[in-house]
Amino acid sequence: MSGGVEASTEEQQEMQDAVVSPEKTEEAKLKARYPHLGTKPGGSDLLRKRLQKGQKYFDSGDYNMAKAKMKNKQLPTAAAEKTEITGDHIPTPQDLPQRKQSLVASKLAV
Amino acid sequence: MAGAGGGGNDVQWCFSQVKGAIDDDVAEADIISTVEFNHSGELLATGDKGGRVVIFQQEIENKSQQQCRSEYNVYSTFQSHEPEFDYLKSLEIEEKINKIRWLPQKNAAQFLLSTNDKTIKLWKISERDKRPEGYNLKEEDGRYRDAATITTLQVPVFRPMDLMVEASPRRVFANGHTYHINSISVNSDNETYLSADDLRINMWHLEITDRSFNIVDIKPANMEELTEVITAAEFHPHQCNTFVYSSSKGTIRLCDMRASALCDKHSKLFEEPEDPSNRSFFSEIISSISDVKFSHNGRYMMTRDYLSVKIWDLNMENRPVETYQVHEYLRSKLCSLYENDCIFDKFECCWNGNDSVVMTGSYNNFFRMLDRSQRRDVTLEASRESCKPRQVLKPRRVCAGGKRKKDEISVDSLDFNKKILHTAWHPQENIIAVATTNNLYIFQEKVN
Repeated sequence: MSGGVEASTEEQQEMQDAVVSPEKTEEAKLKARYPHLGTKPGGSDLLRKRLQKGQKYFDSGDYNMAKAKMKNKQLPTAAAEKTEITGDHIPTPQDLPQRKQSLVASKLAV
Repeated sequence: MAGAGGGGNDVQWCFSQVKGAIDDDVAEADIISTVEFNHSGELLATGDKGGRVVIFQQEIENKSQQQCRSEYNVYSTFQSHEPEFDYLKSLEIEEKINKIRWLPQKNAAQFLLSTNDKTIKLWKISERDKRPEGYNLKEEDGRYRDAATITTLQVPVFRPMDLMVEASPRRVFANGHTYHINSISVNSDNETYLSADDLRINMWHLEITDRSFNIVDIKPANMEELTEVITAAEFHPHQCNTFVYSSSKGTIRLCDMRASALCDKHSKLFEEPEDPSNRSFFSEIISSISDVKFSHNGRYMMTRDYLSVKIWDLNMENRPVETYQVHEYLRSKLCSLYENDCIFDKFECCWNGNDSVVMTGSYNNFFRMLDRSQRRDVTLEASRESCKPRQVLKPRRVCAGGKRKKDEISVDSLDFNKKILHTAWHPQENIIAVATTNNLYIFQEKVN
């Protein structure tokens, strides 16, 4: 485009951009939904989020509680399937809840 | 012709095998996170989110025929990494295998490096096909004999046994990275390798686990000034002093380790100038390079960003020599792709054996073959519906807008949860391994 741009031609250019560039249209859509996007300074939130990937816990106690909660979620389903197990029943290896999934063989290796 | 490794479009691809469960309920651990052929193509390794490695071995039927079909069958499987907890930072360390890289074979055993976010391990995979029998002090099942009952003496001998493949960890390279490892690359010197995380690249010696050299460090003194991260790195296939690393800003830096110990200053900077008037909020995100791979001949390198594949001549820094659109129709969907995080998907790319064709994945379980020599491209699909033995894959077409022709699929019907991020090409033959979320497809060139 030519060097000296007047106000009206600038607007025209913007409109043209929105029509010609699908990317700019998409950007406008995004800005409409999230008006505060991109206004925060300081090295990009996206990069920061990327560097911090990996679930954070307050401390190791918090982590172990979370793991225990996961195990407890599994227990009720295991007990429901085997209704014969009561307080007197001595558990056998088959009755115990499943070990963590990663110790099971990969389905690709079947 | 088998062995030529050429032609994306005069080659017809047909289904060979598919590995993995059919059911739609995919456990997180089963998500495939890396696929890699070894240097001969005889072995194919996969890593998954559950930290497991499965290795397949090529078995060739009918070796006498010039063009023969081969099948990959399970050779070995092992748990490479376990989930860990960093107590100091209260962070969970995923067991997901980010990359597997094979070492060139030096003796009867095979070696590979596998890495998760923090730790790299060297695994030895060896075969055992004989075992000693006829011990004097032990029964066959291992129980010890009562020494008082032994009246004769025999010499134990080796007897053949069913083949057993054992994987054992030989080295553990830990505590080298503060940030998450995205790449590993074995040097052509067969003694060293590099590992790259978001901000640093280290060089290790395969024999030494308690030390590594830092060769690139882009961490700014003030983290508020952080503008880009390292996304991938690779050693040159022949020049042991040269490596490249790509960034989230779409640049690639080539470094020469002879220049200085710390390669913060690049020898070459590859960057395509951008038209500032085209710049949008998405520009930087979609320019982020998700993979960089040298060509086998070492003269070119290929980069993958969100929408395209670019081939660079190592002697020309100011622009790529070739650019291929992978799925340009997604440009008008960037807003939703940003909202569902798909815009951050990291697609890999690979070269065929003679560098004439490149391949990369897309959505809807589509993958693209881009033929450099013939300037043609084709879109194929990895689907359970095209799984009859030797069934030829039909080219797929996506309709970007307007009237949809028969056999075309419209952009809005694409399944963005079905992504092909990892693909691999046999180093010599036209055999490709394509990973969908939890299945591994093997396709071969059509053989008459």
